[in-house]
Amino acid sequence: MAEPGSTDAPPVLRCEGLIKEFGTEPSVRVLHGIDLCVPAGEFVALVGPSGSGKSTLLNILGLLDVPTAGQLWVQGIATRALDDGRRTALRGSALGFVFQFHHLLPTLTAWENVALPMAAVQGRMKDSMRARAEVLLRQVDLADKVDAPAGELSGGQQQRVALARALSQKPAVVLADEPTGNLDTVNAARVFEVMRQHHAEAKTAFIIVTHDLALAARCDRVVQLVDGRVSYDGAAGEVFLAHASQQLRAT
Amino acid sequence: MPFTWFLALRFFRDGRSQTALIVVGVAVGVAVQVFITALIAGLQEDLIDKTLGSLAHVTLEPPDEVVRPLQHGDPAAGVFLGRDVQRPSQRLRSIDQWPATSERALELRGVTVVSPRAAGPALARRGSVTATVLVQGVRPEEYARVVPVDENMVTGEYRVGGQDAILGDDLAVELGVTLGDTVRVTAGDGSEARFIVRGTFSLGGPASDSQWILVSLRSAQTLFLIPGGVTHLDVKVDDVFAAEELATRLHRRTGLTAESWMAKNAQLLSALRSQSMSTTLIRVFVLIAVAMGIASVLVVSVVQKQGQIGILRAIGTSRSAVLRIFLLQGALLGVLGALFGSGLGLLLLAAFQHAMSRAPSGPTFRVHYELWVFAGASGLAIVTGVLAAAMPALRAARLDPAVAIRHG
Repeated sequence: MAEPGSTDAPPVLRCEGLIKEFGTEPSVRVLHGIDLCVPAGEFVALVGPSGSGKSTLLNILGLLDVPTAGQLWVQGIATRALDDGRRTALRGSALGFVFQFHHLLPTLTAWENVALPMAAVQGRMKDSMRARAEVLLRQVDLADKVDAPAGELSGGQQQRVALARALSQKPAVVLADEPTGNLDTVNAARVFEVMRQHHAEAKTAFIIVTHDLALAARCDRVVQLVDGRVSYDGAAGEVFLAHASQQLRAT
Repeated sequence: MPFTWFLALRFFRDGRSQTALIVVGVAVGVAVQVFITALIAGLQEDLIDKTLGSLAHVTLEPPDEVVRPLQHGDPAAGVFLGRDVQRPSQRLRSIDQWPATSERALELRGVTVVSPRAAGPALARRGSVTATVLVQGVRPEEYARVVPVDENMVTGEYRVGGQDAILGDDLAVELGVTLGDTVRVTAGDGSEARFIVRGTFSLGGPASDSQWILVSLRSAQTLFLIPGGVTHLDVKVDDVFAAEELATRLHRRTGLTAESWMAKNAQLLSALRSQSMSTTLIRVFVLIAVAMGIASVLVVSVVQKQGQIGILRAIGTSRSAVLRIFLLQGALLGVLGALFGSGLGLLLLAAFQHAMSRAPSGPTFRVHYELWVFAGASGLAIVTGVLAAAMPALRAARLDPAVAIRHG
């Protein structure tokens, strides 16, 4: 495993001095100057207690929100000055998203949901997109649900469709906000396995926001936020678990 | 299929019962528009046709004779003349240089036919029966192009010339004449002529059917002692509703008194205008109701689909694409409503026509199934659909994706 931030691979995401404030007079600062570099193909867990700024950071990294200060580069492109149209285009081509609630379009079939990002970027829904969607659905073990309406799938299946949707544009990085937070243990493990498997095969970078420390320990790297500041950025596994238990004892 | 169309159609199918209800609402609105427009258009056209059945669009005649006193008082200088100026009796007078005047009138843009007429009151006698009549001396071919008497013959034929004459069917009944009978006509100054009845007509106007007797121009000129003269020039124009404006221009051009059918029927026109205004009001309120219905359904749809819209924005759907998705849904509601509404409107019109044809008095007017009525109502419904969708579509397009996903 590469040392965090010291890999030779070019960063897919890099931010310097990210600050985010909400409201005015007085404003509430949620992020206090975050520096982060995610190289291509890295599997990162973003952890921290509730209110630490994980989701806010993820939204900024995913170009869904803009920072109050600081700069963010996505695949080397500085995004601060981009207008909404160019941010949307970059988001559609370079980034994939998985959320705690899948937000599938229930009347669309599984393959149509998976093909949506391709259709959004190309401006047309084509039958040829079905082949790519079928490959992805096979990867998430849903080959038999290709034509099933998304609304008729179980929660775990829907989250796997959402994962396949996030991967359909072959994004450089997938941003997942509590992707297993709404699933039972079996389904959560299954979804995580699928992500790990895809990462191993396609070398797509993943940033996963999670409260599950055991799951975070199985990633390549863990970034821990506390009160809007990075309190740990390093290897996962035993090292991170030791750090976490030390913190627990301290509190 | 374009991405926006694909999603618009799927969202449209999403809330089927809601969609079906609002389509029914739009359809009822379109049907009301079609029904009212066709009904009122038919009714008004029929009224105008009946009114113009016995009238020229503009009639030119010599100005009234007035007395011009040779001496005037000068109130400023304290000179007052006390006298009684009597109004002169009006006699039949010919239009000065009428062939040249007729040519000048015909040169005016919008004038299509100018027909000379020598007309005056007379007494018609047959046996012991006497009736007051209006003798209309005309050139039959030209006059038929202004007032379609030839299309409204009840008996006999449209034959006017020499001693041949035709008369209103009520007048024929009053005089007790039938085809081939002779009628004696005496003008005010005692000159007399005999005419053979060749036909009777019904133009729908009370005066025309009970008083008119149509004879040749030459016969009338002889009867009224105005050899070679005419008392009126009847004008037909290409746009009946421009008749008043043309009458003003004809007056300026010829110096003659010009009266349009609109001035003669000011009360009817006022009634028609009031009717059109109330029809327009009904149509506007129906459109507002349709717009409200469409807007409310789409507003609810945007709120319900907040999370989905957020995800669509996250995966690379532009704001303008989101806007188009909801505008298209508005247009689709309009199109479906227009299709069903046109069908429903057609059924209503057919049922109305059928009910009217079975009435004891028979159909009083014909309803018009014209394409523009359906196209107009449908076009309005579609435009209303798009406009009504604008507000929810803008709301959807402006959604912050992060917020929409969090709260969706």
